[in-house]
Amino acid sequence: MKQFIGFLRKEFLHIFRDPRTMIIIFGIPVVQLLLFGKVINTDIQNAKIAILDQSHDNTTQKITSKLLSSGYFVLAKELQPGEDVEDVFRKGTAKMVVSFGPNFEQDLERDGKEDVQLLADASDPNTARILTSYAGGIINDFVKKEKLQNIQLPNQINVEVRMLYNEGLKSVYMFVPGIMAMILMLISAMMTSISISKEKELGTMEVLLASPLKPIQIVLGKVTPYLLLSFINALTIILLGVFVFGVPIRGSFFLLMAESFLFIMMALSLGILISTVAPNQMVAMFISLLGLMLPTILLSGFIFPIQNMPLPLRIVSNIIPPRWFIVIIRNIMLKGTGILYIWKETLVLIFMSFTFIALSIRNFKIRLE
Amino acid sequence: MQEKVIEVRNLVKKFGSFVANDNLNFDVYRGEIFGFLGANGAGKTTAMKILCGLSAPTSGEVKVAGFDIYTQTEKVKRNIGYMSQKFSLYEDLTIAENIRFYSGIYGISPKDRKAKQEILLKNLDIESSKDSLIGSLPLGWKQKLAFSVAVFHDPKIVFLDEPTGGVDPLTRRKFWDLIYETADRGITVFVTTHYMDEAEYCNRVSIMNNGRIEALDTPENLKNQYSAKNMDEVFLKIARNKE
Repeated sequence: MKQFIGFLRKEFLHIFRDPRTMIIIFGIPVVQLLLFGKVINTDIQNAKIAILDQSHDNTTQKITSKLLSSGYFVLAKELQPGEDVEDVFRKGTAKMVVSFGPNFEQDLERDGKEDVQLLADASDPNTARILTSYAGGIINDFVKKEKLQNIQLPNQINVEVRMLYNEGLKSVYMFVPGIMAMILMLISAMMTSISISKEKELGTMEVLLASPLKPIQIVLGKVTPYLLLSFINALTIILLGVFVFGVPIRGSFFLLMAESFLFIMMALSLGILISTVAPNQMVAMFISLLGLMLPTILLSGFIFPIQNMPLPLRIVSNIIPPRWFIVIIRNIMLKGTGILYIWKETLVLIFMSFTFIALSIRNFKIRLE
Repeated sequence: MQEKVIEVRNLVKKFGSFVANDNLNFDVYRGEIFGFLGANGAGKTTAMKILCGLSAPTSGEVKVAGFDIYTQTEKVKRNIGYMSQKFSLYEDLTIAENIRFYSGIYGISPKDRKAKQEILLKNLDIESSKDSLIGSLPLGWKQKLAFSVAVFHDPKIVFLDEPTGGVDPLTRRKFWDLIYETADRGITVFVTTHYMDEAEYCNRVSIMNNGRIEALDTPENLKNQYSAKNMDEVFLKIARNKE
């Protein structure tokens, strides 16, 4: 036990003396969460639009002010009939043009016809889609409430949409679980693999192996500090998510922590596995970055939905641990579900941990022989 | 007869079909400086790893410090010190922190540690640098320190794997003074090297070639036997004979 504490002291000295490690462990999580939460925001705020109002009646003015007071849009330009609409996009004055036909109010009241057109700059397709759907929603909503109350149109289907679990469609709800998965991978897997391969590179690993320490003690000693730090990080991210970004924890906090712990264990065993393969720190870092970080960002469903991927990538995504963790976290935090709904994902993570540990032990033995 | 601290009988180590150690037989005595020579790839590092318990032999009997290498690995490890080819202290820790760490591993009590640490610093004349990071020290110091730390727990045998690589002759000479002092304390020194002038400093040397021990005797006897002026010639003659 004394040996072990001495080992931990040495590991913490390594960590605290290396500015790069400190930045990765304590700086990156906070910066990334703030970046994704505040800056790289796919929510629309104050998007510039232009309005081409050919009828200038009461209704079109009401709709216009409704649009502009929604908080999503600001008026960049008022177009006159006959002006070149595309010019607005070419110059970048606005992202979307709302064009009301002549006699909008009359057409609406007499025929129930909404003569309005939304033109969006689809050189950025995501934004275009979001802008048009927001604007369309606002206009439909207004027309339905204000104008069509008394008119019963035959055979009209009223579709009512409700966004469950994230009524405000806030993207930060999506980022918090993703960033947690990413940071825990980064710290647990990458930092442990680097720190173990560093001992190999410097030749101190041989000295440790020639000492009375057992290999298992060496590995535990290397891993425990990162286990603690990762856990602190998981807590920090959750607290920031809850108190800064208002992400709810609808399910059990205890379950959330237990699942995070499981994921950290999985990532640590992955880090050990990498270090048994990598001869030095550089290789360990490249394997971790290319083999773990990129797939975590691209294939885990963190940013790009898995359902939309082509089949081969969908299959590949199954072997990426964060893909399962993100489902678990979203379920617990946003849907408030218990273990009954996420036992499959949990089992996958447990299975992965054991596989990585078994492979590490095998590699380690081969190396010793 | 002197006390044997290493006994090797019919040691064989194979990696697949490649034979790294082909039927080695030798003894090393207490307090001896035993030079383990050979060209790169001759199999000396492999043999040394087996003696340190870092790697298991394919067959043969090996006893180190009186303990069997297969069944009493832990006891073997408690009684040896090891200094690797690469420099084996932590650069981002201070001298005192390194000593503290290695003492902890070998279970030396804090009281003993402090007493021994003082002697060590005094011997090396670096008392004022106790709290400097290892990374900031000159290479010669680092090597002497690494050696002193490897024998800090008073092992029966200390294994040095090419300890003087990349060091100037003067520093090497000083390093050997330290080795002599250690051997005088009754600690056996088992050292691999490519430097043939260093081979002259050893009590006995063995010369390996292609996984076999081709010669084993005192430097004096070897020079007579091969009618050579120095160890360099002995080494070249042995290597050429076998080609």
